Amino acid sequence: MTAPLPDQASNTGPVAALSIRGLAKRFGGKIAVDGISLEVPAGSFFGIVGPNGAGKTTTLSMATGLLRPDFGTAVVHAVDVWQHPLEAKRLMGILPDGVRLFDRLTGEQLITYAGLLRGMDKAVVAARVGELLAAMDLTQDAGTLVVDYSAGMTKKIALASALIHAPRLLVLDEPFEAVDPVSAANIRSILDRYVASGGTVIVSSHVMDLVQRMCDHVAVVARGRLLAAGTVDEVRAGASLEDRFVQLVGGHSHTEGLEWLRTF
Amino acid sequence: MVAHLLRLKLTLLRNGLRRSPWQLVGMAIAGLYALGVVATLIIALVLLRNASPETAHTAVVLGGSAAVLGWGVIPVVASATDMTLDPARFTTFSVPMKQLLAGLALGGLIGIPGLATVLVALSTVVTWSRGVLPALAALLGAALGVMTCVVLAKVVTTATASLAASRRFKDISAIAFMVPLVLLGPIVAGVGRGISASTGFLPGFARTLSWTPLGAPWALGGDIASGRPGQAAVKLLVSVAVLGALAWCWKLLLERALVTPPYAGAGKRRGGRLGLFGVLPATPAGAVMARSLTYWLRDPRYSGSLVVIPLLPVVLAFQGAQTGSYGSLAFLAPVSAFILAWSISADVSYDNTAFALHLAIGVRGVADRLGRALACLTFALPVVLVFAVGYAAFTQNWAALPGQLGFSLGILFTGLGLSSVVSARYTVTVPLPGDSPFKKPPGNVGQTLAVQFVGMLVLMLLVLPEAALLVAQAVTGNVLFGWLNLAAGTILGLVLFLAGVRLGGKWLDARGPELLAQVTVNR
Repeated sequence: MTAPLPDQASNTGPVAALSIRGLAKRFGGKIAVDGISLEVPAGSFFGIVGPNGAGKTTTLSMATGLLRPDFGTAVVHAVDVWQHPLEAKRLMGILPDGVRLFDRLTGEQLITYAGLLRGMDKAVVAARVGELLAAMDLTQDAGTLVVDYSAGMTKKIALASALIHAPRLLVLDEPFEAVDPVSAANIRSILDRYVASGGTVIVSSHVMDLVQRMCDHVAVVARGRLLAAGTVDEVRAGASLEDRFVQLVGGHSHTEGLEWLRTF
Repeated sequence: MVAHLLRLKLTLLRNGLRRSPWQLVGMAIAGLYALGVVATLIIALVLLRNASPETAHTAVVLGGSAAVLGWGVIPVVASATDMTLDPARFTTFSVPMKQLLAGLALGGLIGIPGLATVLVALSTVVTWSRGVLPALAALLGAALGVMTCVVLAKVVTTATASLAASRRFKDISAIAFMVPLVLLGPIVAGVGRGISASTGFLPGFARTLSWTPLGAPWALGGDIASGRPGQAAVKLLVSVAVLGALAWCWKLLLERALVTPPYAGAGKRRGGRLGLFGVLPATPAGAVMARSLTYWLRDPRYSGSLVVIPLLPVVLAFQGAQTGSYGSLAFLAPVSAFILAWSISADVSYDNTAFALHLAIGVRGVADRLGRALACLTFALPVVLVFAVGYAAFTQNWAALPGQLGFSLGILFTGLGLSSVVSARYTVTVPLPGDSPFKKPPGNVGQTLAVQFVGMLVLMLLVLPEAALLVAQAVTGNVLFGWLNLAAGTILGLVLFLAGVRLGGKWLDARGPELLAQVTVNR
């Protein structure tokens, strides 16, 4: 296979790390994603926010080649994800949400497995596994089966498996769920340094504070549609991201009622 | 509350059927089969009304005992435990224990096995409708018997499900449990042969059984009809006491299960041990192979089926000792080859959504298929060789060895190739990762049956050349056919193996996302 290596993003100016056009998916009678188009600039720290069931996970699955879209295209660094899946996936590191891991492997074995599956050299894999385990604060549990890990440790080991091949684009679905504050801070500094050196990160979350502090770009998704996208300052337009989000999504209508909840 | 639980069970059943038409097909097939069995039994019981009390008594008690035994054993053996009303799901609701027990017990009657048992048990009332009292006694006995069946099943399933406090214990017990299960066949066969050898023994056996928890409730009608009210009273006491004891056991087990959620009991362990990943070649296929082999050893859903293999010769030898002819040992190598080769036909289903890793990384389909097949081959090949040579040594019939080997290897290679294709395209319902190998989720039984059945049919067609050569050697006695078989099994088998890996890999490349979507449904 001689896949053309995409040009360095820094040389050719603003090339989109991920460009999705009109992605749509229907599950039975329910339209989960209703035509989302999005440009994620290379070198950006991009947050996707939305209420539960907004279609974040479905969109990211379609953008990363895990779920075939009914309509639309996804292009990663000029490689079409659905035309050339193997080439596109080489550029991406993916942390899917809500999938199992091969949890009868030890943490160390799982990361090694991810590296070897990528066709990486044994020695390189071994060196990187050690560093990743240390960065995720998992060295003490490297030999424990993943099935015996806590939810946060599982999240961290899955993240480590997504990083091992030094991808140019990281797509992380809910990376901080159940992760303790110390590890979350560690992971954030890893991601910050990664972005500073030219990598692109896409995270989905529904923790607005986190996205506002961490990301430089943000997209707001609700009911399968894109409501707003741009730099964080553009989108929040002076307000806090959380207020702007509630305003865009149009929630916050159910504060009355539930009186009985205070009657004990 | 009891009515709520029953309604919940019915709703779950209906929604389960609504999920896919295949579920409906599976249910319909099972229903038709059950209907046939039930109709036969009911007719037999109605006809028994005119038989002598002694005969009718024997038949009803033996049949009833078998039913109770079945309810106790089958949920575990056939991995058909009905988990739709898993008590663990009621932990957070403060359902009063009494009502939970009653609801779960009655819920156990909803469904084909429950309904069938109720219908057949009620037919015993017809058998004993030789007077008002015998009929009433039979009705009481039927009610007690059916309740014993259900509660016994609940005790067994709750015990096996909650015995496991830790994952490690769960893994080991699941595997250890396979051993008596596999040997159950010879044991039952031996007992059965002993019984049929002396038909006069049956009435006596039934009389003995009628004093045991298994048969007591079913003996009430017969005892009254034959004018033994004293015995009937004692047996009534036995049945009620047994039912009470079982219910009490169940209550204890359930109480423990509700407050003892599974916990991950494992200390910290530093790394540095890559296991098979350090040994096998550092390529994608090598990695898949290392992962699969690790799972064969560590995941009870895989290792459980590995335990069966060394027991196969024991089972067949036992059968041989019973009949005095060891002819069935000839099937040892081919059957093992088939079991092992077919065992990876549901590999992606076993991965469940962990398969997303392969998809996210973009592993080539061929590497995925090859790794899994080679992992199975590493231990399947020695097993088949040892069994084939062992059989030849046992019978001192070395002339048959090449044919045996050719046929078995043909099945092994062809089967692995076919499994590689099947698991790349079709998913079946299997126990979820981390669950007991006996805890099958309610899933699309129809597709599972269809995939298994059609798959085996295709395999039979593919190994026809080897089978024909085997028959040719058996008929003509010409050793040349044996050597031809060895060549055919190896060469044709390996060709089909590689073809299967390639085709499976191609399908996997093309339909990986669809496959992931399918296992997500089964999650």
